[in-house]
Amino acid sequence: MSPKQMQSPPLEGQVRIPSGCAVSAMISRDGRRMNGERIIESMVPMHDRSNGLGGGFAAYGIYPEYRDFYALHIFFNDRRCQEECMTLLRENFEIVQDEHIKVRKMPQITDEPIIRRVFVSPMQSVLRHLQIDEKELVVRTVNRINAQLEGSYVFSCGKNMGAFKAVGFPEDVGRYYRLEEYDAYCWTAHGRYPTNTPGWWGGAHPFCMLDYSIVHNGEISSYDANRRFIEMYGYKCTLQTDTEVITYIADYLLRRQGLTLEETASVIAAPFWSTIESKPEEERRKYTYLRTVFPSLLVTGPFSIILGFEGGLMALNDRLKLRSMVVGEQDDMVYIASEEAAIRTMAPDIKTIWSPAGGEPVIVKVKEGAF
Amino acid sequence: MNIYPEFEVVRNDSRCIRCRVCERQCANEVHWYDEDGKVMLSDESKCVNCQRCVTLCPTRALKIVKSDCRLRENANYSDQTIKEIYRQAETGGVLLSSMGNPNPLPVYWDRILINASQVTNPPIDPLREPMETKVFLGKKPGTVTRRPDGSLDTALPPQLTLSMPVMFSAMSYGSISYNAHASLARAATELGICYNTGEGGLHEDFYKYGPNTIVQVASGRFGVHKDYLEAGAAIEIKMGQGAKPGIGGHLPGTKAVGDVSKTRMIPEGSDAISPAPHHDIYSIEDLRQLVYSLKEATQYRLPVIVKVAAVHNIAAIASGIARSGADIIAIDGFRGGTGAAPTRIRDNVGIPIELALAAVDRRLRDEGIRNNVSIVCGGSIRSASDVVKAIALGADACYIATAACLAMGCHLCRSCHTGKCNWGIATQRPDLVKRLNPDIGSQRLINLMNAWRHEIKELMGGMGINSIEALRGNRLMLRGVGLTEKELEILGISHAGE
Repeated sequence: MSPKQMQSPPLEGQVRIPSGCAVSAMISRDGRRMNGERIIESMVPMHDRSNGLGGGFAAYGIYPEYRDFYALHIFFNDRRCQEECMTLLRENFEIVQDEHIKVRKMPQITDEPIIRRVFVSPMQSVLRHLQIDEKELVVRTVNRINAQLEGSYVFSCGKNMGAFKAVGFPEDVGRYYRLEEYDAYCWTAHGRYPTNTPGWWGGAHPFCMLDYSIVHNGEISSYDANRRFIEMYGYKCTLQTDTEVITYIADYLLRRQGLTLEETASVIAAPFWSTIESKPEEERRKYTYLRTVFPSLLVTGPFSIILGFEGGLMALNDRLKLRSMVVGEQDDMVYIASEEAAIRTMAPDIKTIWSPAGGEPVIVKVKEGAF
Repeated sequence: MNIYPEFEVVRNDSRCIRCRVCERQCANEVHWYDEDGKVMLSDESKCVNCQRCVTLCPTRALKIVKSDCRLRENANYSDQTIKEIYRQAETGGVLLSSMGNPNPLPVYWDRILINASQVTNPPIDPLREPMETKVFLGKKPGTVTRRPDGSLDTALPPQLTLSMPVMFSAMSYGSISYNAHASLARAATELGICYNTGEGGLHEDFYKYGPNTIVQVASGRFGVHKDYLEAGAAIEIKMGQGAKPGIGGHLPGTKAVGDVSKTRMIPEGSDAISPAPHHDIYSIEDLRQLVYSLKEATQYRLPVIVKVAAVHNIAAIASGIARSGADIIAIDGFRGGTGAAPTRIRDNVGIPIELALAAVDRRLRDEGIRNNVSIVCGGSIRSASDVVKAIALGADACYIATAACLAMGCHLCRSCHTGKCNWGIATQRPDLVKRLNPDIGSQRLINLMNAWRHEIKELMGGMGINSIEALRGNRLMLRGVGLTEKELEILGISHAGE
């Protein structure tokens, strides 16, 4: 470590950072697109669950006109970093569009990096050369940029979706990014309460990989067991945060192993052996298999996570339900949040609200063809 | 040359009631009764300080103390060193020792501390919440496959299922007694874990404990036949032992009596000498052939363990084994016990299990093959906290043998090689063997494991972990104290305060 680094507090990635948080989400099963007003409002009553060191949102269905291209949202420290990163991107992708992400200047949000949105399309020649599919190329390139290029950080890389995050309180972050100007069928939000960091824009949540986005509240006790397992498969946990490792686990299980959402949930928040024993034969075999094959991807300690993906989301609590999470349902809408107050902000006259059991996934899918 | 005895028998004559229990109990014949003087006398030169007489003396009239008759002090030539030279000058022989290396070399377990949750994350109370310690040892498939109907194909390579991540390590029938084996087998069955036959075969009485038995195939192949291989829950190929890396074993003919010779399939009274190498394994590709021969012989039903001593190049060796078709690697550290080993080898060959385990786990992960095998570590796992530290460093389970012997009554006098174990463990003398009651021996083993299981759960709960798999390889839960940068680097942990 250089003397300069030793004087300043360590950045995200140089130390392990536990943090508490607030999460919120809303999704229309009919695929109706809604602007970001309500999701921003939902974070206001949960203000005290954040400490101003990070807030962010993920929005699905916001770039219909660019739906065939990967939308990279990137932070750059300066022009030189931007040049370096764009050079690397140009070697692997066609650049379809390269623009500023519009923001609203405000006193609550300072020290902003350069924030760009780049729509890209993988080069067929590169895919053929590397013998991988386009998603894998995106993953590898993003991992390379984030791990190796200093001063460049890709914080969102899915199709027709995007993450928006910054250091600040979530409601300020939402207004800063002018989320009222985006229309999404699914929104997730996060307010952060890190206990050990000066705050870095890249460290705010959601954490994204392809179209998967994770917002998470909790501090997992299995972190290093999960990290050391997942790093065997080409992922590099550069941020040392729970959210990052959970995102990689989701990507590994869903995309690379082809598990269903339910199966993924029963790896991450596996049923207890005593529960498995009481299941019918077929289920018992399935759960035993999943726990035997992926023991190192069991996540312990308190967490509530909302995993967003193209066409839906999944909410999941740790198996002991050590973190609060409530779900509300009204017409085609499903709301999920750390606190009921947040749901009531989004839907004041909602009737159906419940608290899912620990380890019980809540999976919401948008009607086929509606997104 | 007459060497002054190492121990002195101190008898409080005013307490002694001349019951002569010490005389009857001492297989080393230290005590006798002098009819003329009506007193108990002793020959301390025969005493090994096994504490049998002390424990059984009804009036607490006896104690054994270290003799203070010392040679002139010398920091370089210790008393022990000089006496060993005298002994060798007299006999021209190789010095023999038993049990693990007793020398003051670093014990890394004692330099590692465990984490606990405070505020940001809740500790979990094992009395109120489920706390899981079940483990599966064996190869894990790299990719999930599905049946034509889309459901998961749940077929798995053979797994060894344990209710907690601890097993009784290999001790052969011959090196230890029938009753010791009976105690281990019964306890393992009751606990839902496994014991290990060692290299002496499996007594026919113990086939019924097969589901909780690991049958060992060592270089001497004693007692190995088809039924034996098929009897257990797993097969272990013993390539080496932590107490004596690089050499084989030697059961003296005096122990190869009766059922021991029958079980080993060797003539009664003949020395059972297992060679240093397996003579069909001179290289890693030969190991692969033996692994698959054993799998063929047992229709691929059983996981195969390859046990090796922790030596300098252990990470590369383990990597080779992980690619050999083996399902489990057992690594035995240099403090591991033995029924008999050349002293120089026991005390100077091999490396600490903590460093070996950390290096192996890291290497297998770096190569992306950690899922090919499970790792079992042994070689002085002394307590539940050692188990927790081992799991957090990367082990799937631990082997214990010295601790198991202690539970059965061993007092660690380190004289197993004499065959006169007063506690009925490391002996074949019927009068001594019967001193170990398998009902009591197995119960004490069960008690010990239940106690450890409770402690493991407490430690896990404190860390906010409610299943053992979330602890495995979770090195962030460990911190070193008083370790050098290099030691921390090898262990893959941070220093306390970091």
